[in-house]
Amino acid sequence: MARESRIRVPGYRRDDDGSTLRHPDYGSTRLRVPERPLTIIPHTLTEVTGPAYGHGRVGPQDNDLTVGHQGEPLGERIIVTGRVMSGDGRPVRNTLVEIWQANAAGRYVHAGDRHPAPLDPNFTGAGRCMTDDEGRYRFVTIKPGAYPWRNHENAWRPAHIHFSLFGPAFATRLITQMYFPGDPLFSQDPIFQSVRDPKDQQRLISTFDLSVTEPEWALGYNFDIILRGRERTPMEDHA
Amino acid sequence: MSLPPTPSQTIGPFFAPALLGEDNSELVPPDHPGAIRIHGTVYDGAGEVVPDAMIEIWQASASGRYAHPEDDREYLPLDEGFEGFGRFGSDPDGTFSFVTVKPGSVPGPDGVSPQAPHVAVSVFARGLLKRLVTRIYFPDEAEANARDPILLCVEDPELRETLVARDEGDALRFDIHLQGDRQTAFFDV
Repeated sequence: MARESRIRVPGYRRDDDGSTLRHPDYGSTRLRVPERPLTIIPHTLTEVTGPAYGHGRVGPQDNDLTVGHQGEPLGERIIVTGRVMSGDGRPVRNTLVEIWQANAAGRYVHAGDRHPAPLDPNFTGAGRCMTDDEGRYRFVTIKPGAYPWRNHENAWRPAHIHFSLFGPAFATRLITQMYFPGDPLFSQDPIFQSVRDPKDQQRLISTFDLSVTEPEWALGYNFDIILRGRERTPMEDHA
Repeated sequence: MSLPPTPSQTIGPFFAPALLGEDNSELVPPDHPGAIRIHGTVYDGAGEVVPDAMIEIWQASASGRYAHPEDDREYLPLDEGFEGFGRFGSDPDGTFSFVTVKPGSVPGPDGVSPQAPHVAVSVFARGLLKRLVTRIYFPDEAEANARDPILLCVEDPELRETLVARDEGDALRFDIHLQGDRQTAFFDV
């Protein structure tokens, strides 16, 4: 039993992703961000395991946001694809990718969205899929519109798609936002600018990809996502 | 090779239709033997309720095993259908509630010495550019809690105490204070 009761697993790397909790320019942070420092904890079985959420639940058309309604949504049809990889470059297979976004006019299907732009009866703006053996995901959708919000005078969010990923462990959970190249709204958006280093910002911006673009059908964008990698040396206890 | 991770960004206010379409607040049916209800309210630094948070939980089975390939201790039973994962939003009054079983003890950082039973918690919300991570510990485990290697990482005893749920008889209460005098202890994992 001594052997069986030992289960020692390598943790996940603590590489800086460039994000920060404290960013007062984004008004909603002010009353919501903890003031006391976070307590750093070692990784245990709790952190290196995680849910297999989504397995067996995802339908074959869940990655196409342009179907499932009476007609087709308005807007510029796009394909968004990329690979989910761990920090050591290995594919993250069979993990759930969930996305949500505004419609082409910049309006979400949500009671809290008061932007006076039209809803599209043919667009809900939610999709999901599982990554394949190469860690690849693929969505068909329409390009979301920019929209105003009340963070500061004349504030507008750049067009973006929200991404939610689990990866293999509790420690690898990630929610982020994907942006489009060359957006003129980056400079005044405090959420985008909460990632301060331009090198880190680049990892939030998709690239236009002609090889993903389908002729006479849809423009293609590529967006790779890197989840935290594993610590290199497994600390297996062979005692 | 080491690739820097993709930066975290806020979940924002509009996630519910996409992420909360399925009810994942019952990890076991309420009539399951040993089922417990854990509920609470999310508060901001002004003491106002937070009506637009998403909470995820991750826990071991009653026997103390995670439903995950890296927990290969097959001599510990996994209940059929128990995945150990829950996901739910806070309501307009800031409250949340879920049904589960009390997890068993799992090994700590050294792979041998036990951790006190606990539920790992992620909190996402508008205004949080990264998720907040905390843990729910159990009030009937005073002895195990006093020795728990993760609880002991929280040096301030008052802050540590925020991680232990309160027994309300028919349920356990675990309020989450994002900020302020009663702030919950959060972890950097």
